[in-house]
Amino acid sequence: MSTLAAPRAAAPPAGPPPSGGGPGGGPGPRRGGVRAWATRAPLLPALVFLIAVTQLPFAATLVISLFDWNSLSPDERAFAGFANYAEVFTDESLRESVLTTVLLTASVVIVSVVLGLLLALLLDRTFAGRGIVRTLLITPFLIVPVSAALLFKHALYNPEYGLLNGAWSWIASLFGSDSPAQPDWISDMPLTAVVAALVWQWTPFMMLILLAGLQSRPAEVMEAARLDGASNWQTFRYLTLPHLRRYLELGILLGSIYIVQNFDAVFTLTSGGLGTANLPYSIYQTFYQAHEYGLASAAGVVVVLGTIVIATFALRVVSSLFSEEVSRS
Amino acid sequence: MTAVSLPPPGRAAAPAARRARRRSAALGVLAWAAGIGFCLPALWMALTSLHSETDAAANPPALTASLTLDGYRAFFGADGGPTPWPSLLNSLSASALSTVLVLLLALPAAYALSIRPVRKWRDVMFFFLSTKMLPVVAGLLPIYLFAKNAGLLDNIWLLVILYTSMNLPIAVWMMQSFLADVPVSIIEAAQVDGARLPTVLARVVAPVAAPGIAATALICFIFSWNELLFARVLTGVAAQTAPVYLTGFVTSQGLFLAQLCAASVVVSLPVLAAGYAAQDKLVQGLSLGAVK
Repeated sequence: MSTLAAPRAAAPPAGPPPSGGGPGGGPGPRRGGVRAWATRAPLLPALVFLIAVTQLPFAATLVISLFDWNSLSPDERAFAGFANYAEVFTDESLRESVLTTVLLTASVVIVSVVLGLLLALLLDRTFAGRGIVRTLLITPFLIVPVSAALLFKHALYNPEYGLLNGAWSWIASLFGSDSPAQPDWISDMPLTAVVAALVWQWTPFMMLILLAGLQSRPAEVMEAARLDGASNWQTFRYLTLPHLRRYLELGILLGSIYIVQNFDAVFTLTSGGLGTANLPYSIYQTFYQAHEYGLASAAGVVVVLGTIVIATFALRVVSSLFSEEVSRS
Repeated sequence: MTAVSLPPPGRAAAPAARRARRRSAALGVLAWAAGIGFCLPALWMALTSLHSETDAAANPPALTASLTLDGYRAFFGADGGPTPWPSLLNSLSASALSTVLVLLLALPAAYALSIRPVRKWRDVMFFFLSTKMLPVVAGLLPIYLFAKNAGLLDNIWLLVILYTSMNLPIAVWMMQSFLADVPVSIIEAAQVDGARLPTVLARVVAPVAAPGIAATALICFIFSWNELLFARVLTGVAAQTAPVYLTGFVTSQGLFLAQLCAASVVVSLPVLAAGYAAQDKLVQGLSLGAVK
């Protein structure tokens, strides 16, 4: 995204060739330029491809967002200025989906980071079958998202034959109860149902990143702390947590970027009903079902603006971890 | 993996050592319980897929019901229903072709970012990464309009192009770190012998970095296979992918739980296989190469 400034401003790579002594240190300015282009050449196909496929459509979205354009009445297409943006922020349902997006993203990220940290701490020890447990724990992440959402919707949440109510009535029957409560999970708590399904899928992601962080702790320092008689809690609080900070940030930010964009779970579990429509789903609906092209584009631009805020921080964290990796090797 | 918690030194006080051992065993059991508990929905899915429809819908759950492959037979259209084969094949070709394209574009790019880096190569890296943070939905409408006018709707090649752009930043970041580990001396030796860049990449760099390239390919494959939004909006009948086929199960259809679980297992199997195979490099791919 050209609009997203990387920490060190993403300069176009194909700038003016260096006027003298390129990377190869050629004798004259002309030769230096040729050498520099030879160095760049392998990069260009990927760069041109990516700009064409990701930047151009977004530029088009920016333009469309300024038009009043409903494809059902194509003759009435007209320049509308920022009217679509005004509608994004005043339209009741779109405003609601902004709130839903924030709520959904925040709860999924927070819960899965906490669970992921606990699981990573459990796995950061040697015990019999550790590899197997690790494999078990990453399995939820390797279920196709639509499958996972269908599994939660029908096999777990269904009020009549879902596992949740089934297990509950089995437990209740052990205590002699004939008519245990059989809630309809999705209707009773739609957003929580979506959050739970997403937490199940995203906790392994957080666990893997935090486990990598735990295992990159300098062993000597941890050993020294132990020999100095630091308690487990002290070691965790004053050594592990500060060391994990950037890994936590990375997990939170990348998780946010992915979950802000989530479409599969909302589409499958609730079809956006019951107040669970997040922005990607609303945009999909605005353009795919209501055919309001201008409005959908404006909402898309709003999502991008929101993402840029998260992304700027994310890029900074990646940058600092990246520098560390480079200096370490 | 380095185990951080070291066993207590040999001559420690015996009771303390025993206490520590007991604590460690308890935590091991807890880890196992957490692993199984977490995996439970997936295990339930696998079990239900092997039950008959009546047993699958039993409440309380019929854990010990006899096993059958009827769910799988129904999913594959034994009862005369639609067959999922075209959509599975579409998913396979879209994912595999885009993965090949990603590798073809990312390998030279990673070369120009690590082995013989361009000036400001870090900025280029971060430009690649920043495109990954652009929400897909923000470019969807122009892509749809373009495809409609170019006659590319419901065409697998459109998905191939989009999945390539979706995975290219991840692949560039992963490959950059793998190629940085290739010793420069062997590349220089090949170049002294007069080999041109494509030859150097194919004959020298690729074999040395093969494990990393394989992991990159598997991760790109997973992301393409999973994708729903593009496929849902841009394909119809001919180019429908497996996730889109699965959305046919969104509304309940009577007794269909075993068939649904069988479908979910079948569609998830390639991802599970690829993910387990790439387990060691998974975290690097997911963190876009930031964590090794």
